[in-house]
Amino acid sequence: MIRVELVKLLRSRRTWVTIALIDALPVLVAILLAVTGVGPRPGSGPAFLSAVLTDGTLYPLAALAMVVPLFLPVAVAVTAGEAVAGEGQAGTLRYVLIRPVGRTRLLVAKLVAVIVFALLAVVVVAVTAYVVGVTLLGQQDVTTGTATFSGTSLTTPELVARTLMSLGYAMLCMLGVAAIALFCSTLVDTPLAAALGAIAVLIASTLLLTLDAASALHPWLITRYWLAFTDLFRDPIFWRDILRGVGLQLLYVAVFLGAAWANFTTKDVTR
Amino acid sequence: MSGSVIRTAGLTKRFGRVTAVDGVDLDVRDGDVYGFLGANGSGKTTTVRMLLGLVLATRGDAEVLGLSMPRHRHEVLPQVGALVEGPGAYDQLSGRANLRLFDAMGRAGAAGGRRTRERRVGEALERVGLAGIDRRPVRAYSLGMRQRLGLASALLRSPRLLVLDEPTNGLDPQGIHEIRELLLELNRTGVTVFLSSHLLAEIEQMCTRVGVLDRGRLVLQDELSTLHGPTGRTEVVTVDADRAATLLGDAVEHREGDRLLVRAGDPGRLNRHLVEAGCRVSLLAPERRSLEDVVLEASQGTGDRRDRQERAS
Repeated sequence: MIRVELVKLLRSRRTWVTIALIDALPVLVAILLAVTGVGPRPGSGPAFLSAVLTDGTLYPLAALAMVVPLFLPVAVAVTAGEAVAGEGQAGTLRYVLIRPVGRTRLLVAKLVAVIVFALLAVVVVAVTAYVVGVTLLGQQDVTTGTATFSGTSLTTPELVARTLMSLGYAMLCMLGVAAIALFCSTLVDTPLAAALGAIAVLIASTLLLTLDAASALHPWLITRYWLAFTDLFRDPIFWRDILRGVGLQLLYVAVFLGAAWANFTTKDVTR
Repeated sequence: MSGSVIRTAGLTKRFGRVTAVDGVDLDVRDGDVYGFLGANGSGKTTTVRMLLGLVLATRGDAEVLGLSMPRHRHEVLPQVGALVEGPGAYDQLSGRANLRLFDAMGRAGAAGGRRTRERRVGEALERVGLAGIDRRPVRAYSLGMRQRLGLASALLRSPRLLVLDEPTNGLDPQGIHEIRELLLELNRTGVTVFLSSHLLAEIEQMCTRVGVLDRGRLVLQDELSTLHGPTGRTEVVTVDADRAATLLGDAVEHREGDRLLVRAGDPGRLNRHLVEAGCRVSLLAPERRSLEDVVLEASQGTGDRRDRQERAS
């Protein structure tokens, strides 16, 4: 079933249009930076962006920092929201289930497809950003190392390892979003409602994070540690928030996947 | 495995306070073409969905191919082809791509794996008259083509049982005829067909057994030939109707111009009687009940009509 879902994902025009749209923003920013040469003041704007002007090879990180907090969650919520409700709306859900495909297997396959989608998006963004960064913003001699936030230098293998770790972390965050959207998708009849439900959770979480009165809730909000991946680029790595983030995302995944499973496996499929 | 292909006992489904299916005892036998008749909203589709494990019964048991559903769905469903409430396909893909995907879903089972997929898909398309379809996406298909594609998908695994809900929906008369021939041909090769429909004529032309659902209850289940049984009256058309009527006296129960309905034990003897008396008989046949009469008698009304309920106060 996983294979079938992947085939559907890769053959869908929407997958590629979405990825292209996500990819457009970092490209636009790179062009603007290259043309104007004006970087954000240190400490403001998206992470890494001020460092990018001196070194284009860092641009993939800056691009991910732009895309991961907002675009990717929305795209993941839409894709995962489609999972059950979308099949229901297309009238295919009943035919999938009577092939028969087990309901649990279907959920797992859908989840895997969503994560592959997110990975694909991230890889496309990273590769384009690297190409665009190097060609438009120039390249420092890589062997001299790349600056961390802490002012020390990273060797290329270190940089690659930390970038991969941050990608893994971002994927785990997307898994949390996917779990919520998947649960919504088993709950409502239209994919749009499911996606909006998941996005509403993210917005509410972001909003509450800005509110001091909600500080008791902060450690439990899903977006609380999303940007902790930047801590991977400190020297030494600042693990505390990252580990908390991992734990929190796993908790969200467990709770919402469990709820999605419990709801879907006992649901009357009447569409 | 002789005997029952579908057997339910007290199958009941409640949605909230509404009882959609109420204590249904179905008995579909091996080799039947079973007509499941019922007005719109009488619970046909809900019953079909319960048989396929899509809707979970509130109460009662269902056995399909001798195994209880939905517990044994992984053994049962690979041997069942179904069309439930209209076809469903991935709109952006071609018909062929759709069948390939559906064929790849679930365990491969006895039907075989990936190597024989193209052949299976080709055969299924051939059977439903879609062998010539091109790469156009299903989005561009007519309702009739979608219906045929749905049927092809149901036939992919050479099922032993076909469960079809309104299969001729959206087809033109020619298409309906083709599908009927196809189903009868499949039935001759041993496939049991469970056909749910609100079209009396469709059921009457194809089925050997009939079950009638009325407001969630199975009000009738019998062989079609039994339901079609003689009424004990004989229909006589004669140009000498007046003379015949006088001759037969009280035995004539109904008269309409040249047409008489006569209560008579033996149509042959009645014929001789009339002819010897000099009546020119142009038609004489035992009256049979029509399925429509039987169904209307057994059920109370249509499901989508809602009359105002007078409230006594």
